[in-house]
Amino acid sequence: MWLLYLPLVIPALAGAAARPLANLLEPRQATWLLTVATVALAACSMAALALFAAYAAARAPALAELGGYSQSVMRRGDPISAAAGVGAALALAGGALAALVMLRHWTGALAESYRRAARLSADDGIVVVPGPDIEAYALPGWPGRIVVSGRLLDRLDDDRRAALIAHERAHLDGRHHLFAAVARLAAAVNPLLLPVARAVEYTVERWADERAAAVTGNRRVVAETIGQVAFLASPRRRRAPVIRLGIIGSRTVLGPATFAGPVPRRVAALLAAPPPRRTLLLAACAAIVLLAGISALEAASDLHALLELAQAAAG
Amino acid sequence: MRDPGPQAAGDPSGQARRAAGALESAILAILRNAGEPLSPGDVRRRLEAGQGAALSYSTVVTIVSRLHAKGLLARQRAGRGFTYTPVDEVSLAAGRMTQALGNGTDHDAVLSRFASGLSSRDARLLRGLLAGQAGAASGGRDRGEERG
Repeated sequence: MWLLYLPLVIPALAGAAARPLANLLEPRQATWLLTVATVALAACSMAALALFAAYAAARAPALAELGGYSQSVMRRGDPISAAAGVGAALALAGGALAALVMLRHWTGALAESYRRAARLSADDGIVVVPGPDIEAYALPGWPGRIVVSGRLLDRLDDDRRAALIAHERAHLDGRHHLFAAVARLAAAVNPLLLPVARAVEYTVERWADERAAAVTGNRRVVAETIGQVAFLASPRRRRAPVIRLGIIGSRTVLGPATFAGPVPRRVAALLAAPPPRRTLLLAACAAIVLLAGISALEAASDLHALLELAQAAAG
Repeated sequence: MRDPGPQAAGDPSGQARRAAGALESAILAILRNAGEPLSPGDVRRRLEAGQGAALSYSTVVTIVSRLHAKGLLARQRAGRGFTYTPVDEVSLAAGRMTQALGNGTDHDAVLSRFASGLSSRDARLLRGLLAGQAGAASGGRDRGEERG
């Protein structure tokens, strides 16, 4: 019966592995792997919960009569208590409801984004907005727009502007918002997958960074652009003790950056060599996700076999 | 060349400030009718031709910088200085939209910001990273080994 628990354990495993994988894998590979994995694992965990509930429901006398199977045989083979069954049913309903609510909000936000993108006329899809904000983002639409505040553009030199625009264009061309949304939706179904959804948000940024590095032909300029924009977007801080840290930084910083927020991690990745494709690691991860799917299927066929046995005993 | 922004332009004298108030609309009108980006020098020449009023270059720079700070003019880098264009209705609408999109988590689900703000720890790490890179000069490739 451990097969029934595997689809519930693997998402927890995936949650723990997501961040290291996001750092190790080439961003595009990582995005695809993690997004597909969230969907597959969310589906598997839903199936497992449904099976829990089904096992528990099969103990009910009314159902036994309706299905024409022997209740005593069913109970002997049934590993799930009624309480666990009810808990599983509630978790299932809660997950489905959370996903529906999130889907509604997201489609609303996306429709709004498309409407706004359609209203903005822009040369080359770039809209420069006035005002005091330091702001740059990709607005999905048909076609999508890149929105940049004039104040930010003023602060960047030509190379960094090109890097910024290439990054945002990569988001629009690659439809990165869809990956992030799908992963979030899966995490709404199963909150254990939340770290995976966050990792996808990070890997699409890395994906766009790598595209920008390829387009501009200079990894360091992209890294410096991210750094500059992040500093501009942050409220001023006292910086006296920090400059000295830069000296030790050259040696020690890559370690801590592994545990840091997204901006230093992106910069560290760009300052390092381009990430290699790791087909073996990718295959291993895919195999583990597949294992969750197979065990859910196996558990389902176990239940089916048990029901047939109980039906034979009744007849 | 540094940004001749509103601060850099300094505090004009009281007289200039009064004149500026009257001149702002005249300069906006010139830029709206121009149909092309104008440098402060262009604006000054057209103002002189139109009104016969001779203004110093720095006064014109002060006024267009102020209009830019108010969000009424957009500017583009051109050579060593800037050229200015009036901000049209579309862009003003986009500016308001940016503010609207900034609020609410729904929109975060759709938009991906280029780089968000930093925690103080991240800011420290980032300075270390970029300073380290500057020190390593052209060693961008070699640093790949340190990555794990």
